[in-house]
Amino acid sequence: MLHIKCPHCGMRSQNEFSYGGDASVKRPELNKEITDEEWDNFVYNRKSLRGKHLELWQHLSGCRQWIKVERDTATHEIFNTYKAEEEIS
Amino acid sequence: MSQNFRLENGGLINRNKKLSFKFNGKKYFGYEGDTLASALIANGVHLVGRSFKYHRPRGFFGAGVDEPYAMVQLYRNNETEPNVKATEQELFEGLEAKSVNCWPSVNFDIGAINNFLKIFLPAGFYYKTFMWPKSFWYRVYEPFIRKAAGLGVVSTKHDKERYEHKYEYCDLLIAGSGPSGLASAYAAAKNGARVILAEDKPRFGGSLLTSDVNIGNQSGDDWANSIISELKQMPNVVVKNRSQVFGYYDHNMLVMSEKVSDHLPKTKKYHPKQRLWYIRAKEVLISSGSIERPLVFGNNDTPGVMLSSAAKEYLKVYGVLVGKNPLVFTNNDSGYETAIEFKKNGINPIILDSRVNPKSEIIDEAINLGIKIQFSYVVIAAQGYKKVRSADIAKISDDKKKLGAIENIKCDCICVSGFWTPTIHLASQSGNKTKFKEEIDAFVPGKSKQNETTLGAANGVFTLEETLQSSFIAGQDLSKKITNNDNKISLPNVVEKKSSQHDKFWCVPMPEGKNYKRFLDFQNDVAVSDIEIALKEGYRSIEHVKRYTTLGMATDQGKTSNLNGLQLVSDIENKVIPAVGHTTFRPPYTPISIGAIVGREVGKHSKPTRKSPMHSWHKNNNAVFVDAGVWLRPRYYKQGKETLFEASKREAKNVRTNVGVCDVTTLGKIDIKGPDAAEFLNRVYTNAWLKLPVGKARYGVMLREDGIVMDDGTTTRISENHYHMTTTTAQAANVLSHLEYYLQLVWPELNVNVVSTTEQWAGAAIAGPKSRKLLEKLFPYNDVSNEALPFMGYMEADLFGVKARIFRISFSGELAYEVNVKSDNGNFMWEKIIELGQEFELQPYGTEALSTLRIEMGHVAGSELDGRTISYDTSLEGLISKKKDFIGKRSLNREAFTSSDRQKIVGVVPLDKKTSIPEGSHLVKDAKAPLPNKKLGHISASCWSVEYDNPFSLAILKDGKNMIGEKLFVMSPLKNKVIPVEIVSSHYVDPKGERVRS
Ligand SMILES: [Zn+2]
Repeated sequence: MLHIKCPHCGMRSQNEFSYGGDASVKRPELNKEITDEEWDNFVYNRKSLRGKHLELWQHLSGCRQWIKVERDTATHEIFNTYKAEEEIS
Repeated sequence: MSQNFRLENGGLINRNKKLSFKFNGKKYFGYEGDTLASALIANGVHLVGRSFKYHRPRGFFGAGVDEPYAMVQLYRNNETEPNVKATEQELFEGLEAKSVNCWPSVNFDIGAINNFLKIFLPAGFYYKTFMWPKSFWYRVYEPFIRKAAGLGVVSTKHDKERYEHKYEYCDLLIAGSGPSGLASAYAAAKNGARVILAEDKPRFGGSLLTSDVNIGNQSGDDWANSIISELKQMPNVVVKNRSQVFGYYDHNMLVMSEKVSDHLPKTKKYHPKQRLWYIRAKEVLISSGSIERPLVFGNNDTPGVMLSSAAKEYLKVYGVLVGKNPLVFTNNDSGYETAIEFKKNGINPIILDSRVNPKSEIIDEAINLGIKIQFSYVVIAAQGYKKVRSADIAKISDDKKKLGAIENIKCDCICVSGFWTPTIHLASQSGNKTKFKEEIDAFVPGKSKQNETTLGAANGVFTLEETLQSSFIAGQDLSKKITNNDNKISLPNVVEKKSSQHDKFWCVPMPEGKNYKRFLDFQNDVAVSDIEIALKEGYRSIEHVKRYTTLGMATDQGKTSNLNGLQLVSDIENKVIPAVGHTTFRPPYTPISIGAIVGREVGKHSKPTRKSPMHSWHKNNNAVFVDAGVWLRPRYYKQGKETLFEASKREAKNVRTNVGVCDVTTLGKIDIKGPDAAEFLNRVYTNAWLKLPVGKARYGVMLREDGIVMDDGTTTRISENHYHMTTTTAQAANVLSHLEYYLQLVWPELNVNVVSTTEQWAGAAIAGPKSRKLLEKLFPYNDVSNEALPFMGYMEADLFGVKARIFRISFSGELAYEVNVKSDNGNFMWEKIIELGQEFELQPYGTEALSTLRIEMGHVAGSELDGRTISYDTSLEGLISKKKDFIGKRSLNREAFTSSDRQKIVGVVPLDKKTSIPEGSHLVKDAKAPLPNKKLGHISASCWSVEYDNPFSLAILKDGKNMIGEKLFVMSPLKNKVIPVEIVSSHYVDPKGERVRS
């Protein structure tokens, strides 16, 4: 079970969180003309990386905030966690 | 039976407490502090089971967790448990156990014929033989294998025992209470660290209990006892025996199984049988020790052949002799320690040492005690079937290739020592890449992966002084990092005997003209010849060899067999062991009961049960409940001897003719507030929301981004910037997360807040032609007329002093209202409705009638919005706005979503108007078409239409739009039914929707 640092609440066990997938995916703006390919990339296509991955988690049984977690998908090492609005360099 | 093999005195057992027990129906006696194994050996019982494949007689090989053979069926307090290790099971009064793997009995076993036909059961036998023909698997092979091979028998009764889970945090978790565990725990505890010290055995001390050493002028076990007593007094220390740390998971999460009551005849009241600890540790000290390696020779599985360390443990801990005429076969000094213990207790052992001319303090002591030692000698084969009776031995050449003339010597047990294998399982589970240590011919942990430190024998350190020193330092240093305290512990004076180098020899060559079975894996009956075959057949990777031969795949996970298997592969392949590599260790280290894993999450405890505030009223009024997600809802209210079918028909009919009331508290409710709330809803729902006036409700459908319908419900504008959203009961949590996702991540610029209010409101749906009349009585101070409160209208009203919200919405298709009050007032509201409804012949109705009403109206629910349907499929496409963008809209122009023969919801009526249609059935054109019969659609929901008094179903049907009036067949292979049906509109009742507006 992972130990995730919620930027709002502190270290919590994985079972308080739910996983939300790749955090680098950006939803296309509303009312904007986009190609099928762009839409498919948003809805379906994911890289399934081995290694460092920026991903979304929601602190479901806690503050209910969606947060960003930088995790190694192979080793589960967590490098950093961020608030939703935080800029990541 | 007397305990012929029990010494007059000695051991750590309580000789004042005699215990009786039964094994295979026969009564024996042992003492408190015995294991089942030690008690049986004390009684001279060495035959405890049969082996898995050849059904060869099996005895005891070890004295603890490493035991590969002695698994029994245990009977305790009217329950039975399979595969209990006799070496771990503590004796209690009245214990009963039976052998497994033998039929009809341990002494005469039909499966043993496999032993004489063993030529037919080489490596991969199961793969090769039972593969073909395929149809034989169920009928012939599986029953055969099950009958002949199976381990114990699982009880099919409900397990009444209680198993608990516990979550714990600590600074240092120390796994194992041998010298390294005690020293590190002591040092860390003195530094004020929060320490958990876990020991899998009942007694603390590990190897200190059996070794002849002296620490600070105390014997090993006295020193262990004094350290443990001191630790137990410290408030920052938790000391646990009978507790096995079996799994090392991510982020320093370890799991430990504590056997709280297994050693007692019966679990005490309010106590659990076992407790599973989830421990998040800052630092983990692995002091799990080492396991002695067997030496491989002919018939080395005969009862009476066992590890020399086990023989010593039986002697020193239990005061039990494993034999009175022992032969010790060793390649290192450990065998001597065992022989010396025998000698001290008046037994004359013979030592065969494979080494040429070793010299050490221990060997000198053995010589001085007059023990007979033969150097450069090996055991070629054990003789005897159900127990060792003699051994064929021979001199071996210095290069270990040639054997001298075979001699036979009498003995009743053979204690083997092939040196030691560090127990690296936990380190390996942590992700540590272990490395091969040439000096000890075994793997030790490499660089730490998580915060784990391996100490003592587990780290390949076999001298006590070095172990204690490094463990004191580790405990000090690691705790200092956490507590900033720096108490130095000085190393006590340690007296131990120095050992000489072990012999890199582990497998006795096969003498010419002989064909003994030389076993590597005792539990899975894997012999040297099996590995040889696997390699001949081209298996190279150790992982493949393992799976093909099943080496190390038994429940003991190869604790005694792994390294010898690797040695063999490396010898044949002419590779060094590190190049062969070893297989990965995975949790659990030792079998864990399913009960412990499940814990308290059984039956009603497997998920929370949520009840509405009106629950007790339902219960008192003969409601029959049904699980609706985590909620308990009335399914129907039973009158007299009514069946579900009769009751739900009555309730639904009453709604259509009079008025009914249904508890709808479970509906998901989300409060939405903020200046951008309307804009947000407009993006979330497919239809338009900007112009919804205050005091009005609107039905909405929300999609996922892939265009599939996510949920539906009504949302009401309470005030300018305040909305009340309802969701289906099942999707409530998902919808809230979904909304939070968009507000927090996608459109953070929207000034909107959402919060779940499901539990804050109690809800009652009042439905039926007389519902307005009832409402007038309920709200005498409010105008509830059609003009003041029209369809999809909303008002705040006064229910005899209680504030209420009235929504004029309808799921039943009748004139209907939903009344919400604060949860605390739910019961008041409900009782008022029941009381004042009497004159209108009001009846409460449950979920079954609710379903009937919505199905015959063609209103969709979870069975249609099943995560595979789009708005069109469920005839909700009218709610799709062409003017605005919303979540999932871009997906709707996908080719499959716009095809002209796309599936659509329809109604289904059986031609005979009598036969009920099973939900989940398929719709086909031709009932007699050959299989696979092309499926045109499926039945999503079925009911008995109370309006027309015949069965009616909803279906999602291909090209449903053009199928109205067609005749098809419903097929249910599950229920073995074929029903001719007609396709009709899904709006079976009141297709124009006049009633809701009346
Ligand atoms: Zn949080």
